[in-house]
Order: sequence, then C-alpha cells, then structure tokens
Amino acid sequence: MTNERSYPETLIAVEDVHRSFGGTLAVRGVSLGVRSGEIYGLVGPDGAGKTTVMRLVVGALRAESGRILVCGFDVSGEPEQARSCIGYLSQRFSLYEDLTVLENIRFFAEVRGLPAADWVSRCTQILEFVGLLEFADRRAGQLSGGMKQKLGLASALVTRPRVLLLDEPTTGVDPVTRQNFWQLVIRLTSLPATESERPVAVLLSTPYMDEAARCGRVGFIRDGRIIAEGAPSVLRERLQGRILELRGAPLHLLRQAVRQDADVDDVQAFGDRLHVRLRSQSSAAQIDRLAAMIRSAGGKIDAIRPIPAALEDVFIDLSAGEHA
Amino acid sequence: MREVVIHVEGLTRRFGDFVAVDHVTFDVHAGEVVGYLGPNGSGKTTTLRMLLGLLQPSEGNARVLGYDAFRQSEQVRERSGYMSQKFALYDDLTAIENLEFYAGVYGKSAKARVTETVALVGLRELESVLARSLSAGWRQRLALAIALVHQPQLLFLDEPTSGVDPTARRAFWDLIYGLAADGVTVVVTTHYMDEAEYCERVGVMREGQLLAFDTPLNLKLRHIPGDVWEVFAEPLHEGLAALQGVEGILRVGLAGDHLRAITRRGTKKERLRRALLLENVDVKTIAAGEPSLEDVFLTLAG
Repeated sequence: MTNERSYPETLIAVEDVHRSFGGTLAVRGVSLGVRSGEIYGLVGPDGAGKTTVMRLVVGALRAESGRILVCGFDVSGEPEQARSCIGYLSQRFSLYEDLTVLENIRFFAEVRGLPAADWVSRCTQILEFVGLLEFADRRAGQLSGGMKQKLGLASALVTRPRVLLLDEPTTGVDPVTRQNFWQLVIRLTSLPATESERPVAVLLSTPYMDEAARCGRVGFIRDGRIIAEGAPSVLRERLQGRILELRGAPLHLLRQAVRQDADVDDVQAFGDRLHVRLRSQSSAAQIDRLAAMIRSAGGKIDAIRPIPAALEDVFIDLSAGEHA
Repeated sequence: MREVVIHVEGLTRRFGDFVAVDHVTFDVHAGEVVGYLGPNGSGKTTTLRMLLGLLQPSEGNARVLGYDAFRQSEQVRERSGYMSQKFALYDDLTAIENLEFYAGVYGKSAKARVTETVALVGLRELESVLARSLSAGWRQRLALAIALVHQPQLLFLDEPTSGVDPTARRAFWDLIYGLAADGVTVVVTTHYMDEAEYCERVGVMREGQLLAFDTPLNLKLRHIPGDVWEVFAEPLHEGLAALQGVEGILRVGLAGDHLRAITRRGTKKERLRRALLLENVDVKTIAAGEPSLEDVFLTLAG
C-alpha cells in the first residue's frame, strides 16, 4: 500500500442536504460520507427518505440546499463528471430479456459511452468476476433470479465506477444467492488499491435490518433525518446486556408478568419467545426476580438469558427516544 | 390437542416439467401463527393458491377448515381472509370508506362490524383520513382490517410487514397475536427471515420442497450443526482468509463490521483466536453469537 492510499478517501460526501416535495420536507439536513472501501447502509422504513437521498446522489433530483460531492465532483455543478463515477443498481433494474447476457452488458457499456475497444475486454472481465462468463450467450430471460441480479450488478460495474449505489439489492433472493452477491460486493470494496482497480465506495439503502447488519457502517434514517450513525457493533453496544430472551408458557402470561417490573422498558413477543428490554444492564438478581414474578403468576419458564441486541432493537430504542 | 385447520398431504403441483410444489405435507392447528418461508419462486404462492382453491393440485390433497380445498373452495374462501403485500387501497377514499367498500364486496355491510373492525386494528382516530395520507404502517393496518371485516377463521398474510417501520411492525404483530389468542389461525408467507421469527412454527420451502417445519428454536437446534461466533478482528478480510479452511470451522463469512463463524459444537474460541494470530490478524473480541433462521436456511439448502 502506498503512502497516499493509506488516507481514507471520501468518495461520497453529502453535506446538510434538504429536499421537499410539495411543501413536505422529505430530506431535512442529511449529511454522510462514504470512503473508498467502505459499505455504508442507509437504513430506514419506507417513506423515511432513503430513496430521495439516493436519487439526490445520482443527480436525478436536485437538493434545495446543501451540497453533494461524488469523487470530488459537485453533483449539481458538474453532473456529467459526477455521474461518470457512479454505478447504480436500482431495485427494479431493467434487463433486455431478448438479449443475451453479453449483449445486455454491451448495451449498458455503449449507453455509458465506453469505446468498443474498451468494452470487449471489460465485459469479459466483469462477467468472470460475477461468475456469469459461461452464460454469456444465454438470453437474459432464461436466467434465474440470482443470475439476473448478478447481471444487474455486472451492468452497473461496466464503466468501472468508483462509487456503487445499491437500492435494496438482495430483497427476495435466495439466501444462498444473497451470500454470493455480498461476497462480490465485499470483494469490490476490498480489492487492493492499485491504479487500475481501486476499492469502490458502496452506498446501500434498505429497510431490512439483516441487510443493514452486513454494512460496515450504518445510518438510521427516520422522517428525513439521520438519527444515529456508526458501525453495527457500536450501535448495538447501546443496548449491551439490556436484552433478555425469555422462553416459557403461556407467553401472554409471561409478558403481562414481566411488564409489571419497574426495570423492564419494553417486551416484544416473537413466535416462540419474548425479548425483554431492560432500562439498564441485566444482573443475576434481576433475572431471579423476574423468574420469581413469572412463577408466582403461574407461568412456566424454559429459559431466561441475556442475548446480544439486534440492530432492530437499537432502531426501536432510538425511535422511542425520538418521540419521548 | 387443538383442532386441525389445515391438513395438507403430498400436495404437488407441476407446470409442464417444472415441479412448483413437490409432495408437501403439513398440519396447522387452530390459533397457530405459522410461517411459510422461502425465496421468491420456491413454491409458497403456488401452495397458497391451492389452499384457497384457486389452483388444482397435480397430486395430493388439502383440507382447509374441514373442507376440501379444491371441491369446496367457496366455503374455504368465505371463511378466510387474505392480505397481500401489494394490497389495493382506494387512495381517494377515507380509511372507513375503504373498509365499508370491501365489507360490501364480502356481502357484510353491517355498520357495527365495520366499526368493530376499525377499533380492533386501532384505526378509530384516523378513520376519516384519506387512504393516500396514511403512513405505510397505518395503510398496512387498514389492509389488515379489510382482510378481517368478514370475521375469517383463517387469515393468510403475504409479507405483511415488509418495508414498515420496525416500531409499527412490532405493533402489527401484537395485533396478530391477539387474533390468534381469539382462535384465528394465521398463515404468513414470506421470504424475510426476520419476519418468520415472529411465527410459532415455520415451514422452510426451497425449490418446491418443504425442507423442515418446526418452531424457530427447534429449527436452530436441529439444523445448525454447531456454535455461532461473532469475531471482531483487524484487518477483517485477512481475518476471513485466516479462518477459512480451519479444522472445526464449518462456515465463516463477513457480517458488516465483523466475521460470523459457525464452528462444530464444542470447538473452543481459542482455536479461532490462534488461527487469526497465526496470520498476524489482530483479534479484538470473540463472542458467542445467536443462530438465525438464515443460518438454518443455508444449512438446509447446502
């Protein structure tokens, strides 16, 4: 690694951006930065402002205030240069079902203005990277869902973008395919920093916590604002030792019983268990006390133990704080 | 034992050479909340359509609420509610007008039932709001109300909480548990692993086959062949390489800011630490992790 590369380079810089639609503020002061080699997840429910931020970054929408730089280019001042750095895989990417895999990629290469001399070798290289080279002559319509998704990624990569935008990239796909897809994205962000292949910066948007958990850094977005940001493990630390898993029967009785306890902040039912969120770190004495409460209420306990907090717990805890 | 509400035996559906549903057998009991989990194209919807009598099986049979799903599909549908992920609401009608409209479609226009349903899903204060002005979470509750207005004994939910705020999602599931406690049987089809966690029992579908059907806990106990570890190490990619192929490690992958490893049961975390140190990877922490339904799926599919 050379000296200049040892400094992280911010490839996507969003600075205090606002955008409204018909008087409603959809994005209200969002700032974020994504460095080369980083996967940043913009995580929030539908309507939180994720898609608007993505569309502002690709330059499909204009910010009303604030500034967005992609690879150092101002998205509104130098849109051509900024856009040439971006590969975008939207949730509903379009493929030409009647064209072969290779023809599809070639189409995207030509649209993006790649000279023919460049794209032949480039297409082959990318198809090999995503594992579709042996299917180069198959019609896109004949591909499985997972292969289509890889072709979508290949099309987004054909211009050698330094910035990759992914919109809910693995929604609805087989977990096996999903793992393979993530391995590809991770490889893109971990390639050695040579002149020809620098690690890409990835900005991903998703409402799904399991997709979020795979990002190196996460920004929770709610009502057009980022309410928390950090590595998943750092965000989860907020609730370290504060989530108990409780199994037993009958669950509704267990739930009523533990709710009475002053230290219990929230109780969530799952199919075969409860998750109890405490106001502070759990202690053995406290667990014993809860167990005693349940027994005296006539409930049966199969297991009660502290478990690591999930990102979803963190999001809910943060949202509760927002409303308080 | 609770009464059997759905009894499916050897249910199979072929489309030409393609076997969409391949000899599927399971029972669902009254008041259960059951998940039917699988990726798109795994046969979930085809199964559902056969249960509702919309599609004839190639083989096997299904009894739903005591009726033959295909020959007595009218009776089944009268007693079943269905909420799709892509539910259609009339945006220009208010919440209650939507509900009244659908109640009319079901032939149950009784005002009292509409009012009762509005209260049940907690929509009373928003009943005069136009559907288009409702948030995703409230739209979803309205869709649930529509599926419930004819008082079904069996409720089918197709990816009911995808894309909804986690807080709204939890509230939604509380409603569902309330319905189940009153005896309504709930079947949730989904491809989201975390949505399946809300179900009492989960059927795992892949390529037309039902690979397992059990509680989330039992699925994890029976199908994950070892222990889960969360490994925090620097640099992460070198750490990944260092752990791959180490004796006792069944699977290792990157999970955002850490590595997630599944080891053969009884493997000590010292072994992971040593393998990392050997490759000069700096180990921050190695902590026990929680198995997920995704781990189960990967093992079953593997």
